[in-house]
Amino acid sequence: MTAARHLYVHVPFCGHRCGYCDFVTVTGNERLHGRYVDALLVELGRAHVDPDTVFVGGGTPSLLADELLARLLAGLPAAGELTVECNPETITPAKARVLVEGGANRVSLGAQSFRPRLLEVLDRRADPASVREAVSTLRRAGLQNLNLDLMFGVPGQTADDLRRDLEDALSLEPEHISYYELEAKPGTRFTHAHGAELARQAEAMEEYYEVVVETLRGAGFRWYETANFCRPGHPAEHNLGYWLGHDYLGIGIGAVSTLGLERRRNLPSLPRYLSAVEGGARPPAAVELLTADERALERLMLGLRLDRPLPVNGARPLLDPAAVERLSREGMLVDDGEALELSDRGRFLADEVAATILR
Amino acid sequence: MALSRIRNFSIIAHIDHGKSTLADRILQLTSTVSEREMRDQVLDSMELERERGITIKAQAVRVMYRAGDGRTYELNLIDTPGHVDFTYEVSRSLAACEGALLVVDAAQGIEAQTLANAYLAIEGDLEIVPVVNKIDLPSADPDGVAVEVGDLVGVGAEDVLRISAKTGAGVEAVLQAVVDRVPPPSGDPQAPGRALIFDSSYDQYRGVVAFVRVVDGSFHPRERLQAMALGTRFEVEELGFFSPGMRPAKHLSAGEVGYIVTGLKDVSQLRVGDTLTLARGSAQEALPGYQEVKPMVFAGLFPTDSDQYPELRDALEKLKLNDAALAYEPESSRALGFGFRCGFLGLLHMDIVRERLEREYELDLLVTAPNVAYRVQVADGSWLEVHNPAQMPPGGEILETEEPYVRASLIAPKDYVGAVMELNQERRGAFHHMEYLSEERVQLVYDLPLAEIVLDYYDQLKSRTRGYASFDYDLLGFRPGAIVKVDVLLAGELVDSLSLITHRDSAQAQGRALVEALRERIPRQMFEVAIQAAIGTRVIARETVKAKRKDVTAKCYGGDISRKRKLLEKQKKGKKRMKQVGSIEVPQEAFLAVLEINRERTA
Repeated sequence: MTAARHLYVHVPFCGHRCGYCDFVTVTGNERLHGRYVDALLVELGRAHVDPDTVFVGGGTPSLLADELLARLLAGLPAAGELTVECNPETITPAKARVLVEGGANRVSLGAQSFRPRLLEVLDRRADPASVREAVSTLRRAGLQNLNLDLMFGVPGQTADDLRRDLEDALSLEPEHISYYELEAKPGTRFTHAHGAELARQAEAMEEYYEVVVETLRGAGFRWYETANFCRPGHPAEHNLGYWLGHDYLGIGIGAVSTLGLERRRNLPSLPRYLSAVEGGARPPAAVELLTADERALERLMLGLRLDRPLPVNGARPLLDPAAVERLSREGMLVDDGEALELSDRGRFLADEVAATILR
Repeated sequence: MALSRIRNFSIIAHIDHGKSTLADRILQLTSTVSEREMRDQVLDSMELERERGITIKAQAVRVMYRAGDGRTYELNLIDTPGHVDFTYEVSRSLAACEGALLVVDAAQGIEAQTLANAYLAIEGDLEIVPVVNKIDLPSADPDGVAVEVGDLVGVGAEDVLRISAKTGAGVEAVLQAVVDRVPPPSGDPQAPGRALIFDSSYDQYRGVVAFVRVVDGSFHPRERLQAMALGTRFEVEELGFFSPGMRPAKHLSAGEVGYIVTGLKDVSQLRVGDTLTLARGSAQEALPGYQEVKPMVFAGLFPTDSDQYPELRDALEKLKLNDAALAYEPESSRALGFGFRCGFLGLLHMDIVRERLEREYELDLLVTAPNVAYRVQVADGSWLEVHNPAQMPPGGEILETEEPYVRASLIAPKDYVGAVMELNQERRGAFHHMEYLSEERVQLVYDLPLAEIVLDYYDQLKSRTRGYASFDYDLLGFRPGAIVKVDVLLAGELVDSLSLITHRDSAQAQGRALVEALRERIPRQMFEVAIQAAIGTRVIARETVKAKRKDVTAKCYGGDISRKRKLLEKQKKGKKRMKQVGSIEVPQEAFLAVLEINRERTA
């Protein structure tokens, strides 16, 4: 039995690859879906895990055929929160039933935008109507905890596009919204195609981010993590586990586990994963050994993303007291002696705050 | 050698008028160097000198010449530098001579430097032998230039020699003229020995080598000598002359020029301008000292790598031995760390010192914007000399300010008179007088603040006259000038290393340029940063770096944590490279803004 309180299950399959995406994904290879699900269950079976939360992410887990998805969900350990990541166009009434019957009590929908023009830039297959339809299908099936993934900073996005995306998202009354700024990796085809536009609009992103936070807060959401907003009582418990520095186990290709001071990243190759697991071996992985200080530093760095005081007493040696004092004078944070809490301004600048106060 | 058979002379010329080529020809003609050894500019031994085609240090070489009377004469040729910054070194060389060849380019005519050096030679009571060189050039006007030169030194055009150092035509006549016209040295071979140190050099293996002109008596190896001003004593390890390499001799006697190996290891123990005499039975009176020069242009020199500070100190100490005009004192700057405030004769001098430090001592240097020396009278009536903005007293304590002025002589073709006048007006120049040297060429004389010429005056002059104007100046001394210190405040905090001293009339423009340059170099921070230029408490320019409103990675889940931690480490490292000024982080390059605004000022 591992001490991991959180289990992540990676399903890499996608109908196609979106231009901006940098996750471990696999397109085509439908005939391997079944073998992969079986391998996941084997890897999981060896782990003996009893988690508080399970997150099935991708990729597009909802791309799995209904019976495969049902088989995967049935093989997962029971947990208080079971989230499955879905793409709107894959949600049928039958799929929604499989999810609910399989124990999923939370669905994260990749909406990204409600503007067809921007969806096209992102290579997304879903249209705005299919997002609305997916939400109502999932609601009808009985799901009471929905997240919408949204994105700002899409090349060509105007302030008005952003305002209307926010309106459209709120009109669907999700319990949770993740709102990311598009991150274009240098050297990718996407960046090559849109780099100039991204550079041109870079400065406007400060404004966009503030608009996102203000609008969602105004609608009654808690800005509980840098890019995450929830109705009271509905944070993503699984992701909170990452931000609170808990141990977690990841299975499937590309999945990362952090157990104590060992961080293990399964290699992204599907064939190698399958042959290893089917042959009775552990999946091939890259292992990073962390020092206790690194792990503590990560906890501080992650904790500063949250809207709750970060207990720092065990970690004082990692903080630069003069910098903490200076930033507290400047209204970036409050240090009550036990815990640090960032102000709103401090949260918008959390990376810089972390780089300033951490030694 | 009897005094009557010795001639000591220099060659003075404007840069590029053929001085070094003539020296080469003389060495060949007298068989001092063989054809095989001959290469261009034999006397310019330093790598840097040969590359730039200019001579930095005076050197002396002895040649033996069989004159028309059938006797062999010992001619000591003392090479001199040819640039405006090195007037002092020229004067030192001249003090060791009785005569000078004044070389003028037959196509260019008299230039500003020609005049300056000719006047120095005349003041030093030297016999001047005028020579028109490059008569082989298609554009040469030997007759016209001979008249110009004859007028300058007060001889008829027929007494002006016409040569081509390049082809060798007429060079023999030059040597004969040296014998005929330059007087033999005077001096008393029987009196207690006295020798003037006119230059020196440091040799890693032999210590300090002094270049001397013996005036009275004679000197021998193993004798104990003393330097009269400093009192330093040493034993002569070797003495001799250059021909053109070092040739040891049994003695150096009155009238002769040569070198003395002192074995001194401490470079500060022997000063150029001092008189050497015997430690026992010494002369009573020192020879008249050389003109003491004061550096007028100052700049900070900092090693890019702070570990090189001790090496920079040692290198400056060694350079100082060869370069009496170089001054330095330790300086520390918040931005640049530990370095030296150095005083130079002018910009070229500064450039050469920097290049020698970088090349010969392999140092990587950062040079701050140069400024001149100012004089400031404070409340109690006393005068301070200010070499550095940090030394400037607060405005309320200042009664008077003075800045150094120069009298600039400019010679240009008449078509460029307007351009020259315009430049001088922009630089606060006061017109003194103007004179036609010939129908085509005009000399203009202006009085100018030195501060106006130390930065890019010469470059501007060259570009506005397409390179046809020549320029030289003499220091006039200090004159009243409304000098102010412009300070820079970042978020209300004064940053000493960004201060500058300037004339009140250009303070506004310079302050503005500086804050704009800083705004471009200071990245956005967590807070708004006010950048202000101020004179005392009065703000004269202001810019703002807007606060950064977002700096956070959006997505951060289980698989992102290692990458995120590495980004954090990178960001922390980036911050460490910045200088903390109050709560503001200032990148190193921002501190260099002050250098650039000065250079861009007239661009």
